[in-house]
Amino acid sequence: MIEYRIHGRGGQGSVSAAYLLASAAFEAGRMCQAFPAFGAERRGAPVTAFVRTDDKPIELRAQVRRPHYLIVQDDTLLHDEAITAGLRPGGGMVVNSAQDSTEVSAHFGCRALCVPANALAVEMIGRPIPNAVLLSVLLTLTGDLPLDALKSALAKRFSGKVLEGNLKMVDRAAKMAEVGAWKENEDA
Amino acid sequence: MREALEGSQAIARAVTLCKPDVVAAYPITPQTHIVENLSELVAEGDLHTEFVSVESEFSAASVVLGAAAAGARAYTASASQGVLLMAEVLFNIAGLRIPLVMTVANRAVSGPLSIWNDHADSMAVRDSGWIQLHCVSNQEAVDTTIQAFRIAQETDLPVMVCMDGFILTHVMEPIDLPEQSEVDAWLPPFVFDRALDPSDPKSLGMMVTPDYFPEIRHAHHAAMEKALPVIEATDRDWEASFGRACGGLLTVEGDAGARVGILAMGSTVGTLRAGMAEPGAAPARLITLRAFRPFPAKALRDAARGLDHLIVIDRAISPGAGGVVGLEVAAALAGHPDMPRLHNHALGLGGRDIPETIYADLIAAIEDTDAPGFSVFDADLSKLAPEDR
Repeated sequence: MIEYRIHGRGGQGSVSAAYLLASAAFEAGRMCQAFPAFGAERRGAPVTAFVRTDDKPIELRAQVRRPHYLIVQDDTLLHDEAITAGLRPGGGMVVNSAQDSTEVSAHFGCRALCVPANALAVEMIGRPIPNAVLLSVLLTLTGDLPLDALKSALAKRFSGKVLEGNLKMVDRAAKMAEVGAWKENEDA
Repeated sequence: MREALEGSQAIARAVTLCKPDVVAAYPITPQTHIVENLSELVAEGDLHTEFVSVESEFSAASVVLGAAAAGARAYTASASQGVLLMAEVLFNIAGLRIPLVMTVANRAVSGPLSIWNDHADSMAVRDSGWIQLHCVSNQEAVDTTIQAFRIAQETDLPVMVCMDGFILTHVMEPIDLPEQSEVDAWLPPFVFDRALDPSDPKSLGMMVTPDYFPEIRHAHHAAMEKALPVIEATDRDWEASFGRACGGLLTVEGDAGARVGILAMGSTVGTLRAGMAEPGAAPARLITLRAFRPFPAKALRDAARGLDHLIVIDRAISPGAGGVVGLEVAAALAGHPDMPRLHNHALGLGGRDIPETIYADLIAAIEDTDAPGFSVFDADLSKLAPEDR
């Protein structure tokens, strides 16, 4: 079982990112589970969402306490040291940020890759919706799911120009990460 | 066909497959997505129903009562304060023996205000006379929703399908939705013999004097008891058609020879299963209670027989008495031979996350006393002033 935790702010689509990742796992023939930890819902408030993927049915309903991977959709959340709480040894986090990956990695003591996902999303789909970029980067690093599964999941959700832009964005984003660089964590 | 769906979305689709004539509901967290999805299905022409947007839960329940009384297949959904606002009508629906189906997206009840999951809402209307079925997963919630329409019309009783708010309603997971033709073949058209019909005038909901009231209450109780085999048979028939079951009245799994049992309702069962499957986990017999009303006392005794200890998990508390399920299990087991010692714990009240370690923690907490008490198991008493502990 691979466990993910997504940190974002209300309105950024943390729950959508979780559902998209779970849908991608489903498209790849894996079992999946995605759910939010809702607080009082309002824009800008920190939001956490969780994803599990596995080859067998997932019974566990607890929140993810020991994630293999983290997605941080907003680098203003990095001020909270607890953001990497429970991250498994050898795990990694993908951050939507223009900050320096080496510095973030050194600060948190874990593998980290910062990608300017908002900028890329604005360039390619005209809106700062970073999900497709962040998921493409994470899946490229981990090899957990093929990018085609992510594209199929996007095709279930979007159509027309929005879909077209997102699909191109997945390919562009994949070039920002080293294929399989975080793969060994799958056995963690 | 299998799809990755959010629980609420799957419920809306399952309701659509049952072709309700009337849907009336008022949105409330965490049930909102069910109503939103139904509304969307109507707008897109996928659900042909009289969708009544009401101004309160009291009206929602009243509309479906009236609709079913007029011979329509009717559906509503609510949670928490919404269920409480419906309470008066819910008792009327059941007391008038009106067959309809309602989803409860289980949530804590105020105060203090909590939008998160526990079972306080459906427990608050425990005595309303509705059938109450609890679901472990979204697949079970979908399948139970469709089964509920059949159970309702076979028993002339309303059925409440209880699913944990957020923990199920907001979870995306793979769901196998039956085809329309399969549901059409499995679920007979709605027929209500006592439907109000101007061409054959009769009344529903008249005042009943003491001459008949006890008899009517007896008949309602008897109808609930007679619903036990109907619930079981409906699930068996579902399994015969669709290849999967929802757990009848209750299910027993795990180590048949174990001395310790754990009983739970709803999504907590999944987390317990995961704990039980951990390498090196202590053996236990896991009892999943699906039917809370009618209460399957005999099946429960059969499931508990031979255990030394039975841990009963509650997601609701009756302050001053203890866990609601725990009290009922104790009543069902009392006076019978070979029954286990009960350990009653409330867990996850107001949405406190139930961690994967809970299975081991519960078993480790078993005390060998003759009179084990009740506890709010995951309460951290150090957060309370000494006088509040």
